Amino acid sequence: MGLPQAKLTATEARLAALAMPEAPGWTRLGRLGARARLEAMGLPGRRDEYWRFTNPADLVTPAPVPAAVFEPSENPVFHAMDRLRLVFVDGVFDAAASDDPALAGVEITRLAEAQALDIHWAAELYGTLEARGQEPVERPMAALNTAFATDGVLIRATGRAEKPVNLIYLHKSDTSDAILHHVIRIEPGADLTVLENGPAAARFNKVMEVDIADGGAFHHVRVQGRDHERRAVTHVFARLGQESTFKSFTMTANGALTRNECVIELTGDEGVAHVAGACLGDGSDFHHDDTIFITHDAERCESRQVFKKVLKNGATGVFQGKILVQPGAQKTDGYQISQSLLLDEDSQFLAKPELEIYADDVACSHGSTSGAIDERALFYLRSRGVPRAEAVDLMVLSFIAEAVEEIESDVIRDEIVERLAQWLARHRR
Amino acid sequence: MLEINNLRASLEEEGKEILKGLTLTVEAGKVHAIMGPNGSGKSTLSYVLAGRDGYEVTDGSATLLGQDILGMEPEERAAAGLFLAFQYPVEIPGVGNMTFLRTAVNAQRKARGEPEMDAATFLKEVRARARDLKIDAEMLKRPVNMGFSGGEKKRNEILQMAMLEPKICILDETDSGLDVDALKLVSDGVNAMRSPDRAFLVITHYQRLLDHIVPDVVHIMVDGRIIKTGGPELALEVEKNGYADLIGEAA
Ligand SMILES: Nc1ncnc2c1ncn2[C@@H]1O[C@H](COP(=O)(O)OP(=O)(O)OP(=O)(O)O)[C@@H](O)[C@H]1O
Ligand SMILES: [Mg+2]
Repeated sequence: MGLPQAKLTATEARLAALAMPEAPGWTRLGRLGARARLEAMGLPGRRDEYWRFTNPADLVTPAPVPAAVFEPSENPVFHAMDRLRLVFVDGVFDAAASDDPALAGVEITRLAEAQALDIHWAAELYGTLEARGQEPVERPMAALNTAFATDGVLIRATGRAEKPVNLIYLHKSDTSDAILHHVIRIEPGADLTVLENGPAAARFNKVMEVDIADGGAFHHVRVQGRDHERRAVTHVFARLGQESTFKSFTMTANGALTRNECVIELTGDEGVAHVAGACLGDGSDFHHDDTIFITHDAERCESRQVFKKVLKNGATGVFQGKILVQPGAQKTDGYQISQSLLLDEDSQFLAKPELEIYADDVACSHGSTSGAIDERALFYLRSRGVPRAEAVDLMVLSFIAEAVEEIESDVIRDEIVERLAQWLARHRR
Repeated sequence: MLEINNLRASLEEEGKEILKGLTLTVEAGKVHAIMGPNGSGKSTLSYVLAGRDGYEVTDGSATLLGQDILGMEPEERAAAGLFLAFQYPVEIPGVGNMTFLRTAVNAQRKARGEPEMDAATFLKEVRARARDLKIDAEMLKRPVNMGFSGGEKKRNEILQMAMLEPKICILDETDSGLDVDALKLVSDGVNAMRSPDRAFLVITHYQRLLDHIVPDVVHIMVDGRIIKTGGPELALEVEKNGYADLIGEAA
């Protein structure tokens, strides 16, 4: 079956502007496979059902739409924490700005260097989880990433990491077009926290494949912010073994376009997967999309999706979330909530929550709401002396709380709350 | 302390006039009670004084310690010393009672140019006052008024009042929903706050509250106006005969 002409043309034009690394080494097969997938699927277009609420046009053009570099004046998030920093500038690893990647219990190599080797532990994973995630929904932007990624890190945790690994993305060029691909393997019983923060690049395409073996735990906290014009599409593909844990939280503030996909497979009994997000958007040039797909393919697993969006001055928020319970995945406990707080009538929230269940002994619930600030509560707070703006912030933070509470570490949670409060204070009115 | 002069106010949306030229003066150190039939505008008066949206003041004035309050934002009125204990306190999911109280106390102090209350002092004060009102620690931890019974909500209003130390306290049917013991607790809380530089405006339907909080002056409000003012004996008269005679007298 051929692709529609428009899609074919767009895909060919994009491919013409991309090149695989000269010596892809062990990534070669993974990349070629991904390229073939991409050619078969074609790049996403406005007509695609999965992109109904988010126009992918700016993500697929041969060259990125220029995005002004944004230099935040305050310290970057996580700066006060003891963590191992790995810095990417416009998608290229910067060794000088990074810490020595030596960390007890963790092996870290850079993709651009590691692929020169003949063999590597990541060989069997690179592009593998991404390929699995192409069913039943196509994710061509992720296939593009696997085929053409220019850099990334390969992280293998064999024990309890003594501190978090912090991937830091810096945006220095107006026209950067970064494609990063990370592979993370959590060995049985190992435990790792990965922090990520941007600004990222003018255009940013990132894939993170996370394979968690039995009893492993992976914690992920990401902050996407302070970069008003950048466009980003990111994918997390996670596969969970028995009794393993995956917890991911993303805070997004600003950004012209962000599409965060998270695709999780629970393949071993009693796995736990939580994905949460808090997004703050101000202005009609803000568009944020969380697209989540969680597959339960084992017994007694738990999954939670908690997404909160605060939108004002014409901002748009999107949530597409699915829980798929495969035959035999008995005692599944699935929960999904997506809510938006619209601070004015110009902003909009588009949601598509879905449940698809093929097992009979499961407990799944989902809900989606869209609301405004409760004026009665606002007056109550003000009547006690809390100024209007502060009262609104207090209510916004309480609205977001359920998502933020998904962060396990107190230190990180406090830092995130602080950043959210600062953003709100900067964006009053 | 609080001077209301010929106050007229209508519902913004319907244009219906509720307060129809209301005049009332509450002196410092005094307790005034307002009684009146359902729908006479007592809560409306309290909302208009506190600055809630949805009402249009078409005539008259209201001053607190000589300051015109009608032009102020609700938070400015609070900082100026006005407190309203709501007839129906609002539940606010997600906002912790303690966070709320502390934010309120410090916002008012900031507005008045006073230093913030430090965390330790705040905690000590809240605990002591909560104990007096038999509000347990678990309730303090919950979100504002969430899952509180009707009576617990009213006690929580008094706790806020005690922490905020206002100049004029307007209590809108604080006695409704209270059991006999809670009524006593709340009244004791109010009486403990009576002082020469603080005044109370107590809206109620029942004499039993006024047995505990003995008023200096009682006003009868009917159809948006004060139709009669007297001493505590006026409340007893209402209790015995209802409003019919008073309304007839005024007409
Ligand atoms: N938002 C509103 N919309 C419509 N009518 C209103 C509104 N607020 C008040 N009213 C009307 O205004 C009148 C006065 O109401 P208010 O609540 O002030 O009375 P009240 O004296 O406090 O009565 P109660 O003793 O029952 O508490 C009533 O007729 C009421 O129906
Ligand atoms: Mg009333």
